[in-house]
Amino acid sequence: MSSESDIATPLIELRQVSKSYDDGRTVAVQATDLQVFKGELLVLIGESGCGKTTTLKMINRLEEPSAGEVFLDGSEVRSLDAEHLRRNIGYVFQGIGLFPHYTVADNIAVVPRLHRWSEERIAERVEQTLDLVNLPAARFAERFPDQLSGGQQQRVGVARALAAQPELLLMDEPFGALDPVTRSELQEEFKQIQQQLNLTAVMVTHDMTEALLLADRIAVMKTGELLQVGSPVELLNQPQHAYVEEILALPKRRADQLEQLLHAPGDQV
Amino acid sequence: MSENLQEQLVLLPEYFQGHLLLTLIALALGISISVPLGIWASQSAKVRRPLLLLVSILQTIPSIAILALMVALLGGRIGLLPAIIALVLYSMLPIVRNTVAGLESVSDEIIEAARGIGMSSRQMLLHVRLPLALPIIIAGIRTAAVWTVGLATLSTLVGATSLGNFIFTGLQTRNIVAVTVGSVSAALMAIVLDALIGGIEWLSNHQNRAASPNYRRVRGALIVSLVIVVSVSAAALLPKPAADYVVGGKPFTEQHILASLIAEELSDAGYRVEQRLGLGTEVVYEATANNTVDVYVEYSGTVWANLMNRDDNPGRAAVLEGAREYMLNEDEIHTIGALGFQNLYAFAMNRQRADELGISSIEDLIASGQELSAGGDMEFFGRPEWQSVRDTYGFDFARKLTFDPALMYGAVAAGQVDVITAYSSDGRVAAYDLLVLDDPRQALLPYDGMLITSPEAAQDETLLAVLSKFANSISDDLMRAANRIVDVDGGSVSDAVDFLRSALMR
Repeated sequence: MSSESDIATPLIELRQVSKSYDDGRTVAVQATDLQVFKGELLVLIGESGCGKTTTLKMINRLEEPSAGEVFLDGSEVRSLDAEHLRRNIGYVFQGIGLFPHYTVADNIAVVPRLHRWSEERIAERVEQTLDLVNLPAARFAERFPDQLSGGQQQRVGVARALAAQPELLLMDEPFGALDPVTRSELQEEFKQIQQQLNLTAVMVTHDMTEALLLADRIAVMKTGELLQVGSPVELLNQPQHAYVEEILALPKRRADQLEQLLHAPGDQV
Repeated sequence: MSENLQEQLVLLPEYFQGHLLLTLIALALGISISVPLGIWASQSAKVRRPLLLLVSILQTIPSIAILALMVALLGGRIGLLPAIIALVLYSMLPIVRNTVAGLESVSDEIIEAARGIGMSSRQMLLHVRLPLALPIIIAGIRTAAVWTVGLATLSTLVGATSLGNFIFTGLQTRNIVAVTVGSVSAALMAIVLDALIGGIEWLSNHQNRAASPNYRRVRGALIVSLVIVVSVSAAALLPKPAADYVVGGKPFTEQHILASLIAEELSDAGYRVEQRLGLGTEVVYEATANNTVDVYVEYSGTVWANLMNRDDNPGRAAVLEGAREYMLNEDEIHTIGALGFQNLYAFAMNRQRADELGISSIEDLIASGQELSAGGDMEFFGRPEWQSVRDTYGFDFARKLTFDPALMYGAVAAGQVDVITAYSSDGRVAAYDLLVLDDPRQALLPYDGMLITSPEAAQDETLLAVLSKFANSISDDLMRAANRIVDVDGGSVSDAVDFLRSALMR
């Protein structure tokens, strides 16, 4: 597992990035510096409206910064063609965003087709990615999204994001709409995939438990400001901000409660 | 099966094909114009409001007005072209509106996904937005199809063959069977097209069941039906033996009878003849001037008052001559001759009542008019003819009533009114044995039936020779008797033509 201590080059670097709307009257993101290193899974966390999704979208130019610079692998993203840039970055959406008129196989094939891969290579890749997300191609390839459960749909969403073999994956609350059991299943599987492929991933969530379980590093945001970036352990042990402490309190308390339950006298088998 | 019904059914294939062809061409053009417009509108708020407003306004213009306008804009050209343009304009509203609505119905989530994975706007439109909007766009096309089938009946008025030929001819010659055949066929066509497009809509809604046997069955059936529909209509495009001459006519019984009479005479002489009936005066006159129509019967008073804008009345011979010269000089329309009868506004009375009062001409009304009641059609007492009568003879009626023309003749026969303003060649003048009053002071504009030909047809000596036999051969009484067969006795136009031909042989 990579961590901050690794000597690594940042794949993504945000330098003094701000985003405001209405001629500066509404500020979404304020002068933010952030680095994401190759192979790490960085989680952006905060309550809704804190600017985490906007920050994510500035990486693949779904949003353009009002000030500051965003570098991807050393290039400022605005010097790159937006569509080309997006095709080379996997994107998993909050609402899953599968195309309802395409089969599972066609949904996964969308980006490879944009890259003009041969149909042969695409077919092979579709099967591989379905395998990767534990959906047997024979059963699922020809289904349509509305014939799948929510969990299966998001597996396809992940498969689609991985289809063109991107180095970088952006995920906007990917597991938010799923039931708790399915969510934790997918979280675990995703973590495995991420490590297996050595993917760099930036994931947005408002669920601190999810962040603690998956992240190599967590970036906490509040009202457009980046408060603290660090590994889960660092955040738990050295919160540098009252808000960071506050949002960590809930998962901690849950963990304590569970601990107590497990060690309660008389309940032991 | 009645003879009348048989006569109508013989015409059905041609009219049905013509109607279907008009509808399909108009619909195809309507789709290929309206869908891109809808896409454009959905992408630019600046375009959208004015465009939707424009197509809505087009829809509010009365359809007959649009048809007439197209003929005028095309320089008097009649037939398929003006009809198609008008139908296309009418089909636009539902298609444009549904295209905009359909494209906007695609959820933001899906648009964002398409953008986020790196699709260009064009790719998003072609691969995501249009396919997802398709069911709604097709629903708009479905509405447009049903409207177009209905409106296509009106294209008869500009000389395009359609099921409207049945309906208008039927209404104008009191032939209820023809009206029924036309209406039922148009309704059936609308139902079939609606079902077909409904089928396509179903397929587009169930694209994700494309593998199911049911889907394949529906798709198979649809393809077969579409092929049939398109080939039936395309058959109308097959080169038919082109007609040598086209006989035109206006929308009333007398014109239908005379056009058929001329057409029969010409086919007996070996010409291939087509008829374009039920046309408005402006339309048929312009069409004759530009050789789209070759022969028809015009009235001297119509040329004098409507085309020459004259409001004087120099007498029957002078008006006839004036009209002939005008048409020749202005439009190179050649007059073969006056037919002999007139169709003018005339005062008519119950013969017995006239005898009692000793009335035989309008002059006699000067003494007794003040005590008599008169009935006229909706417009007569507001027309220059009435003003002219009042000024020339210097009298007025005690009471003036307006009637529907159909009721007017019965009313004077039954003594409910003393005098009516009849159309002088109307069959009901004969049927009720009414007395048409003389007009010694020429207050009423003469309306001589004139047989006229297009500039091109006027070059054909044989044609002129064949038709010149009709000059001065149809008296007022004869025309009335022929009109009576259709309007009063319930006979068909061909009965009336047979009657005229046998009378002319004698």
